[in-house]
Amino acid sequence: MNDIAQGLLAALHLIVTFDQELWEISLRSLQVSLTALIIASAIAMPFGTFLAVQRFKYRRLVISIINALMGLPPVVVGLIIYILLSRSGPFGVFGLLFTPWAMIIAQVVIITPIIASISHQAMRELWAEYHDLLISLNTSKWQRIKTLIWDGRRNLLTAGLAGFGRAIGEVGAIMIVGGNIDHATRVLTTAIALETGKGDFALALGLGFVLIGLALFVNMAIHWLSRTEREGRW
Amino acid sequence: MSEMFPLTLSNLSVRRRGKTVLGPIDLVIDQGGPMMVIGPNGSGKTTLLRVMHGIERISEGTATWAQSDQANHGYVFQSPVVLRRSVAENLSYPLQLINTPKPQIKTAVDHWIDRIGLTKVKDGSATRLSGGERQKLAIARALIRDPDVLFLDEPCSNLDGQSTREIEALLLATAAAGTRVIMATHDMGQARRLASGVLFVMGGRIIETGSAPDIFSAPKTAELKAFLKGDILI
Repeated sequence: MNDIAQGLLAALHLIVTFDQELWEISLRSLQVSLTALIIASAIAMPFGTFLAVQRFKYRRLVISIINALMGLPPVVVGLIIYILLSRSGPFGVFGLLFTPWAMIIAQVVIITPIIASISHQAMRELWAEYHDLLISLNTSKWQRIKTLIWDGRRNLLTAGLAGFGRAIGEVGAIMIVGGNIDHATRVLTTAIALETGKGDFALALGLGFVLIGLALFVNMAIHWLSRTEREGRW
Repeated sequence: MSEMFPLTLSNLSVRRRGKTVLGPIDLVIDQGGPMMVIGPNGSGKTTLLRVMHGIERISEGTATWAQSDQANHGYVFQSPVVLRRSVAENLSYPLQLINTPKPQIKTAVDHWIDRIGLTKVKDGSATRLSGGERQKLAIARALIRDPDVLFLDEPCSNLDGQSTREIEALLLATAAAGTRVIMATHDMGQARRLASGVLFVMGGRIIETGSAPDIFSAPKTAELKAFLKGDILI
């Protein structure tokens, strides 16, 4: 209990004193995770919707694989991306290893299946509701996908938030590909791991509370901006 | 005068899981007043309408319009499907699909919203409408493209008397304006009120067809006589 109280105090101290390192780390965490979220959503949401609308030969197999990939071990993802981005790897020429972009790539790989799977589930239900109407209106495949994405945007928001939650709390993969370099690739989760390793539990807990607060803030901000809980038109 | 007529069904059958649910049917439908498709539950009324509209897979035979490239028809389902959008956006949707200019969309939407009496809720969510309001919206949405044919699958089942009366008035006005109304119903009172022609379907076959006065006052087949008498037909 003492450690938790000290952690809370440390978090409060870091926030009220506008600790520069905390701000830097927090902003980098947000930058990396939100960029990963945008890229992953741009891939996963149309793909999940496409899977709901389109019937093709190995569709069930693809859905099973995506569902299975939701449980991808981040450390393994980190290791594979490390090999691919290392100087001797196929993408070594881009010099991305130990940069925030490497961390973004790792997070995209981890959260894309999560967003795709949840999007597919939500879109499948909406497609069942809309199927006859959209067929009878003689819509093209692309018009159907666009309609489902627009009308199912609340459900897709949930999928995106699930992906963001996973991304902002991720440590294993980004530790490997980012290297936890001070003022370069250190983010809240890797800083927590570092402080825990050093035995500074109060600071580690403090950073942890900041991380939780940040995740809550982003979730609430997105809900507020999209008016999901208000008497809205959608 | 639409050039898409007549609709010709030739030796048409629909089979599901090896069982024939419709056909074989040979039928020619030309322009005319409201046509009621009557018959007991499970007789194939819905399948017949879906085949005519082109949203049901045909197992054998053909269903062809005189000019299929000009085929312009709307369909209203038994359970009204509304998009998760505002009432006005539900109405504008079919026109947006065919890239109608915005001023034309606005004029058409305002006209139809006023005609179905939903002006006060035009910006509210369509999902909050009552059953009768939803069905009126679905009919208006099907009519907003000014179709040559409007198919309706028991649109007034589960609706109260007032909503049924309003919808019937709308359908009679639509037919008077030149749209061919083809509607499935098991409500004989409604069929008598609306029909100029009748198709009696049973066991997936067209048993009898003719003008409404002939069908209701002088049925020829034993099945239709029994059906009009109120017998349970199996």
